[in-house]
Amino acid sequence: MRRTAPRTETQQADASQGVPVEQWLAMYEQMVKIRAFEEQVNELYRGAKMPGLAHLCTGQEASAVGVCQALRPDDYITSTHRGHGHCLAKGARVDLMFAELLGKAPGYCRGKGGSMHIADPQSGNLGANAIVGGGAGIATGAALSAKRRGSGQVSVCFFGEGALGQGVLYEVMNMAALWKLPVIYVCENNLYNEYTHYAETTAGELRARPAAFGIHCVEVDGQDVRAVYAMTRRVVERLMAGEGPAFLVCNTYRYFGHHVGDVNRSYYRSKEEEQDWKARRDPLAILAVWLTVEGLADAGMLEEIERRARDEVAAGVEFALAAPYPDPGEVDQHVYA
Amino acid sequence: MSTHSVPADREITFAQAVREALAEEMRRDPAVFILGEDVAEAGTPFKVLSGLVEEFGTERVTDTPISEAGFTGIAVGAAMTGLRPVVDIMFGDFLPLAMDQIVNQAAKVHYMSGGKLRVPLVVRTNLGATRRSAAQHSQSLHALLSHIPGLKVVLPSTPFDAKGLLKTAIRDENPVVFFEDKLMFQMKGPVPEGEYTIPFGVADVKRQGADITLVATSSMVQVALAVAHILEKEGISAEVLDPRTTVPLDAHTIVESAKKTGRAVVIDEGHERYGVTAEIAAVIAEGAFYHLDAPVRRMGAMDVPVPFSPVLEDLTVPTAERVAEAARALCGRT
Ligand SMILES: Cc1ncc(C[n+]2csc(CCOP(=O)(O)OP(=O)(O)O)c2C)c(N)n1
Repeated sequence: MRRTAPRTETQQADASQGVPVEQWLAMYEQMVKIRAFEEQVNELYRGAKMPGLAHLCTGQEASAVGVCQALRPDDYITSTHRGHGHCLAKGARVDLMFAELLGKAPGYCRGKGGSMHIADPQSGNLGANAIVGGGAGIATGAALSAKRRGSGQVSVCFFGEGALGQGVLYEVMNMAALWKLPVIYVCENNLYNEYTHYAETTAGELRARPAAFGIHCVEVDGQDVRAVYAMTRRVVERLMAGEGPAFLVCNTYRYFGHHVGDVNRSYYRSKEEEQDWKARRDPLAILAVWLTVEGLADAGMLEEIERRARDEVAAGVEFALAAPYPDPGEVDQHVYA
Repeated sequence: MSTHSVPADREITFAQAVREALAEEMRRDPAVFILGEDVAEAGTPFKVLSGLVEEFGTERVTDTPISEAGFTGIAVGAAMTGLRPVVDIMFGDFLPLAMDQIVNQAAKVHYMSGGKLRVPLVVRTNLGATRRSAAQHSQSLHALLSHIPGLKVVLPSTPFDAKGLLKTAIRDENPVVFFEDKLMFQMKGPVPEGEYTIPFGVADVKRQGADITLVATSSMVQVALAVAHILEKEGISAEVLDPRTTVPLDAHTIVESAKKTGRAVVIDEGHERYGVTAEIAAVIAEGAFYHLDAPVRRMGAMDVPVPFSPVLEDLTVPTAERVAEAARALCGRT
């Protein structure tokens, strides 16, 4: 294996897990950036400046950032309809993301993909996918490819718990387990498949499903980026040792509706429940409080980080709003390579 | 190059031609590998791949579980990241199981990513009725795939074409669906020893003629050649054209032939309704209307599931007799 970047966890017993404080601060910045990005997406939608729909991952920032921070830049991810966080966490640029969401020429996919299809091979992002479970084959195939090429890359498949209803996921998990592929199936369980609680759609134990294939399955508090990061690093170690695929359940919550237009949602979940998650389980607050209590950062530093992230997002929106639409001649380009 | 002008220093079967194409490409490019059910030791139920695992090992000729969607999806991801998979779908009838992976993933990735990602993938499968295999093992579903932008669709009708087109398919940067006719695997034909490829989108004139054009695909090419033979005795000179790929389609050659002869019958084994025959007939009507002496006639399989009973099954597929009858009618000879 030609894996070069160090991944070994130091055995220090301190709360920061031997992770340099700069890295925690970087994760904080990423999470703030994702949140600020999505606030702008919501604004663009409400101002009728954004075509189509968008699915916000606000509230789920820690799983995107915690997982991607444990990856190498050339490791692969596949993402979902709720993928802004995954794409940004894997290294996508804010301005080019906004441009794509607005259907503009400089967008990641030249305005042909939109919110649900952002792909950026440069950052290892093999694409967000509007088919629930649609990334499962691709991520598993990328892991097969990495293993065959001996590249030492790993592959992460992000999906919501709703994808557990899709048969293709089980087909590829079976093969990934048989062939010991370096792939992590990251199930972000935000409790709702669109407008239906997952308990109504998921028979038996969620974790028993990957276990049936002999896939190493772990569960973390998806609101705590420290837990997600630490667990992902451990799981990557296992993959590198050739022990086969892993399944990581991140328990999380989306603050907004299923998509930006899903405003009245009392028929499927309560305001109290939403308030409770925001007040007690917010991933940004959890990290900020910990950094402060541990004396790793003070309020001024965190404010500075937030200001920087918000400036970047503001500049990104401005760039995208001013950017040109694709030339009409683009319409039949890239049908074939 | 027409099959009939192939310098024939040897004859091999269609199955051998496919196997040779795969073996040569796998020797040439280590990224090429085969994925599918019973492809390794078994060499598929039709034995098309026999012997490949002995040369290339199970790393490159890999048996999968019975999971069409799963292994096709895995091939899409592998193709996006540096490998060149050739997926084997045991029967064309099982394509619908993998349809999301082919239609929504493979065919869309390049476009949706604005050209940043590529899927150099070959899906090898088969078509064709009249094997008494009944409705779930007899379909010719190439029109379904031909409908989807982003896919290329190949229908070889001779061992020579099979080898040259499959090598082109493997080297193509796009997802290609390659349909082999189940009845043709044992058919022999001239295939030169040396390396050659056949470009997509170039129709082959299987037979020159002056009075009527028969555009035929896959196994229907043999039917059309038989028709031409029958008509010749009756003083009608039929030209037989094989598009070889339905996507891209060589509209130019087809239209020019129709302009020359003034009459055309289009023959294909897919269902007639909304089928390949309809598309080609429309191409001829649009491009050669003022040269036509008769309406274009299309002949596909009946719009029924393929029945089991031999007497019923044989009714569903165009036969030489029925095509000849249609051709005579177009030529005003009834
Ligand atoms: C195969 C498929 N069926 C249905 C849909 C419509 N749809 C889009 S998102 C969604 C819910 C997905 O729930 P989950 O996977 O839990 O993800 P979440 O939205 O909670 O992040 C549905 C049903 C789809 N996009 N794809």
